[in-house]
Amino acid sequence: MIFLWAFIIGGAICVIGQLLFDVAKLTPAHTMSALVVGGAIMDAFGWYEPLVKFAGAGASVPITSFGNSLVHGALSELHRDGWVGVITGIFDVTSAGISSAIIFSFLAALVVRPKG
Amino acid sequence: MGTKTRPGSKVKLNSLSLDAKNYKQIAKKHEPSRNVFANCVRAFLAGGVICVIGQAVQEFFKAVFDMTEREAANPTVAVMIILSIILTSMGVYDKIAQWAGAGSAVPVTGFANSMCSSALESRTEGLVLGVGANMFKLAGSVIVFGVVAAFIVGVIYAIFGIQVRHL
Amino acid sequence: MLIGSQTWEFSSKPAIIGSSAVVGPDEGKGPLAADFDYVFDNLELGETTWEKAERKLLEHAGSIAIMQAGISKEQLQYFVGGDLMNQIISASFAARTFGAPYLGVFGACSTSMESLALASLMVDSGNAGYVLAGTASHNCTVEKQFRYPTEYGSQKPPTAQYTVTGSGCAVVSAKGSGPRVTHATIGKIQDLGISDPFNMGAAMAPAAADTIVAHFRDTGKTPQDYDLIVTGDLAAVGLPIVKDILKQDGTFMDQTDFQDCGLMIYDRGKQPYVFAGGSGCGCSAVVTYGHILKRIQKGDLNRVLIVATGALLSPLSYQQGESIPCIAHAVAIEKEGL
Repeated sequence: MIFLWAFIIGGAICVIGQLLFDVAKLTPAHTMSALVVGGAIMDAFGWYEPLVKFAGAGASVPITSFGNSLVHGALSELHRDGWVGVITGIFDVTSAGISSAIIFSFLAALVVRPKG
Repeated sequence: MGTKTRPGSKVKLNSLSLDAKNYKQIAKKHEPSRNVFANCVRAFLAGGVICVIGQAVQEFFKAVFDMTEREAANPTVAVMIILSIILTSMGVYDKIAQWAGAGSAVPVTGFANSMCSSALESRTEGLVLGVGANMFKLAGSVIVFGVVAAFIVGVIYAIFGIQVRHL
Repeated sequence: MLIGSQTWEFSSKPAIIGSSAVVGPDEGKGPLAADFDYVFDNLELGETTWEKAERKLLEHAGSIAIMQAGISKEQLQYFVGGDLMNQIISASFAARTFGAPYLGVFGACSTSMESLALASLMVDSGNAGYVLAGTASHNCTVEKQFRYPTEYGSQKPPTAQYTVTGSGCAVVSAKGSGPRVTHATIGKIQDLGISDPFNMGAAMAPAAADTIVAHFRDTGKTPQDYDLIVTGDLAAVGLPIVKDILKQDGTFMDQTDFQDCGLMIYDRGKQPYVFAGGSGCGCSAVVTYGHILKRIQKGDLNRVLIVATGALLSPLSYQQGESIPCIAHAVAIEKEGL
């Protein structure tokens, strides 16, 4: 069942992105930034975690989850360490994504050239 | 994109005079429309499939390495990123994206594609000035706006002393 | 000699004694493949960077044109050229190889006819014997500089155009045999507020219409004086707009064969990835120097007007929200001995 909901929710988030491309005529960079901010705002209200519980990867794979994770990191350290946690915690949860993207992109650039 | 009127933005032919306003109507008439519905269906299918793959990877980590949902999240993201970087390096991801649109751009694989494609393309400018300096050319705005948004949310929570309940 | 307000009439009718068109793999799959002098079967061209590959296209096309002209490299007196790269590096670096005195020009995709017009003017005024005019573009250099990294997954709208990988060069001479350059109409910048870089055809159409109207006004000619009139790279969006505008204005282009290089170079049915059609400096250059000149030499065409169009934007101007200023230059070429 979780697979079905992952498909539907994940697909639906992508449709929002497509509408931002085609109807709002936003560039990819504007669209992705808007979705990340959207994910951050959803987590501010505490709405993103229930979505992840419900749809699994359908909510955790789209880029909106990146905004959610940034807020999550900031809030959990704020909870634990006080106000300085807002700064120290931001990259807490997202480190795996950013670090692996940097490392593997770098390695790829060492060995392959673009195909055109 | 919109049109702007500025002094001198007029074309006077023999009898016809064009300005930004009436030209926009002529241009619009000949512009092939984007097939928004078909694009959305494709984005839905492609995005859904990528998320299902993500779910499968997560289930794999949960079953084989006996991880909890939360523990499995990080390795899942890493695997999705590696898959995306392999497809980008093979020159396949951009072909998929022309069909899938936002379906391949919105998932975390699209984020990795934006970083990897920038890194590959700027390799000819060297590792430091090229790869190092340009890797975040496209992905940078996502990180900047995500961090700023997270900071604002954190500050609001701190100032108003809102109890963090949903962690 | 200046006639009218913006047209040069070349009374000595300089001859194009040698010309060449060198293209990449996608153009080699198009309907004009047989007319090109050399087709590379890959985009790398054996070079380490896209920029070097673009330069190689120009160097290759230049040396074939010089060879066809039957002159030596040392006899070449000037090279007039440009391209789409920042600081026109492809033309300048190729000029280093040619070794001739060099004038770099930039007219975006109109560079092909801008350089041919200037070369003809130099020859017609008696200031040069042999002048090489040429330009080149490469799909990947343009994607990299103006749009996104080549491997980036972005979805292009149907109005987008596909940059031609190719280079066209011509040797213009005071004597010798070959198609003759008779007129050149230098265009004015036109900007009707289109700011979408994925809709170049619509942005450039008013410039093409203005130059075509100016050419007929200055020379007193009508569309039926030409067997073929081609625009540079308006493609499937821009060409119908120009037809529409000119019809409303009372210039009847249906009296002639009115086409567009961006539509001629690809088979859009079999090559859907080109979207609306071809674009780039190489587009009008390879179609003119490869296909159209061959048809003139065969006696298939007597008089041709080539209206190369250029969108003079930069990634910077686009990001700062500016609209796209555009230009078109027209050059009239006729069969020898008319």
